[in-house]
Amino acid sequence: MAVESLKGSDTPKTIAIYPVQWRSRIYAIAGMDILLGITIVVTLGIGSIDVPFGTLFQLLLAKLPLVHIQPTWTNNTEIIIFDIRLPRILLAGLAGAALAVAGTTYQGLFRNPLADPYFLGVTQGAALGAVIGFMLPAWQMGSIPLLAFVGAVSAAAMVYAIAKVGRTLPMTTLILAGVAIGAFLAAITSYLMIVSGDSLHGIISWLLGSFSLTNWWQVAIATPYILVGIVIIWLYARPLNVMQLDEEQAQQLGINVEQVKLILLGAATLITAAAVCFCGIIGFVGIIIPHTIRLIWGPDHRFLLPLATLAGAIFLILADTAARTMLAPTEVPIGVITAFLGAPFFLYLLRQKKRAIF
Amino acid sequence: MFNLRLDNVSLGYGKQTVLRNVSFEAKPGEMLGIIGPNGSGKSTLIRGITRLIQPGNGKIFLNSSDISDINRQKLAKLVAVVPQNPTLPEAFTAFEVVLMGRTPHLGLLSYEGKKDLAIVKRAMESTQTLAFAERRVGELSGGERQRLTIARALAQEPKIILMDEPTANLDINYQIETLNLARQLCRKQKLIVVVTLHDLNLASQYCDRLVVLSQETVYCQGIPQAVINAQTIKNVYGAEVYVYPHPVNKLPATLIVSNKDK
Repeated sequence: MAVESLKGSDTPKTIAIYPVQWRSRIYAIAGMDILLGITIVVTLGIGSIDVPFGTLFQLLLAKLPLVHIQPTWTNNTEIIIFDIRLPRILLAGLAGAALAVAGTTYQGLFRNPLADPYFLGVTQGAALGAVIGFMLPAWQMGSIPLLAFVGAVSAAAMVYAIAKVGRTLPMTTLILAGVAIGAFLAAITSYLMIVSGDSLHGIISWLLGSFSLTNWWQVAIATPYILVGIVIIWLYARPLNVMQLDEEQAQQLGINVEQVKLILLGAATLITAAAVCFCGIIGFVGIIIPHTIRLIWGPDHRFLLPLATLAGAIFLILADTAARTMLAPTEVPIGVITAFLGAPFFLYLLRQKKRAIF
Repeated sequence: MFNLRLDNVSLGYGKQTVLRNVSFEAKPGEMLGIIGPNGSGKSTLIRGITRLIQPGNGKIFLNSSDISDINRQKLAKLVAVVPQNPTLPEAFTAFEVVLMGRTPHLGLLSYEGKKDLAIVKRAMESTQTLAFAERRVGELSGGERQRLTIARALAQEPKIILMDEPTANLDINYQIETLNLARQLCRKQKLIVVVTLHDLNLASQYCDRLVVLSQETVYCQGIPQAVINAQTIKNVYGAEVYVYPHPVNKLPATLIVSNKDK
């Protein structure tokens, strides 16, 4: 807000001016929407077979109703674009958005810049579920996402039940319970990995994350969970801001703190579980994306959450594109890419702006 | 007329009782001081009035409604708190923190409109915080943060402001400035201001009435001239002091004396 515009009024009923940062943040949200669209279209064309932009555009137009274009492409190209690349890009975008928003939410709730799904044992629960899935007979491999999802959600529920004291949920107890349960689950996972024999390679690939097996039904299942969860979290942006004070002040400002905690933890856990159950564990997105946005556009969750959603989606689509093209035809695990590209960029930003970001 | 009334209230945490049989009233335009030794329950009283803890006994009334029947959001439109040493998120700007005061007036689907921004601006004008509206909270001094939390309380547009040790950690100039501001708001906007204080001289100079807490209950209450005297202070704090009329306005002034020569 320009201080000048605030001062320069002479009537007591002053005319409020919207802060200038708000405008720049709204432009940033609009800009990122466009950037996300461009990213999706451009990455669609990149891969084992490069599809020229013109052909890609015609392909997309032809999918619209009432548009008839004489195909200049092979049937194979159409299958690669619509049945292989598009679902993969969409799931990567959804997962990136979910992980970035969940990270932002956990960090806001715990008032801890390092908070992520590991804090509640969500990630370790998902890993255990997946590893159990890998050890089942081969014809049951399809149950891996379901087991990972159940593992993630039940780990969080267990942590919640243990940490609850009467009708309140002390956040410190929650973190401690989460760390303890997470360690316990990780121990079981490690043991199972040792005795897993032939499945070990598959397990390690899953633990490092990959979108290589994405298909349309995965997108169809993940989309409602992730979109609904993200919208719920967006609605609670203002209460989340107020909770950056402390719980006592938040209550005195009219926030039903226990209810907000339950809703936000539930939503963040659900979207994390929906994301990781299909693509495996992808670290770092939930840490670097929220902090990068905070560094550039400030800590106000009303802007931070939408910006993190979009930036998370863009980041993971780009990372997945790198994962499938860098060493093609070999796939690089996406967790390797996110940390390898993300960490230096984040460190650079951290050095640029040495001020409070949280 | 809007008023705050405590009727035989007991407050505590779990089984431990901190205050019992507390009764007092405050009216609009009145500045009520709560004094008493460390641990006498001043902050507990503020927690009780904002329903952070439930009274074990007795009732707290706003107008004639029991505050247990008022939901948290409605209560925050009526009662605002200026906490002692509040945690404020460092990366937020001063303006953003004051804007949080509008929270009880906004639903999940509404957003801050022109009216809210105008109220925030006025609150910042009257607390002289507008000059650093754009600065980050982490860069502000203790006095600036204190004024910021007062601005936030004003942005709530409450009927009652509860101030917990607003002068602790402030130098003498800011102490006077803060209490002048509190009294001015109290008179002009017909607010009830309840303020807990350690400094007996500030209490006597600024408050219309004082409630003295001691031994888990109200020791006495009344206008400063009736309450502050050497005997009361000896009984409540256990300290030997001299009380004499202030040379300018005749309000009781407390003087300490060291006993190193004895």
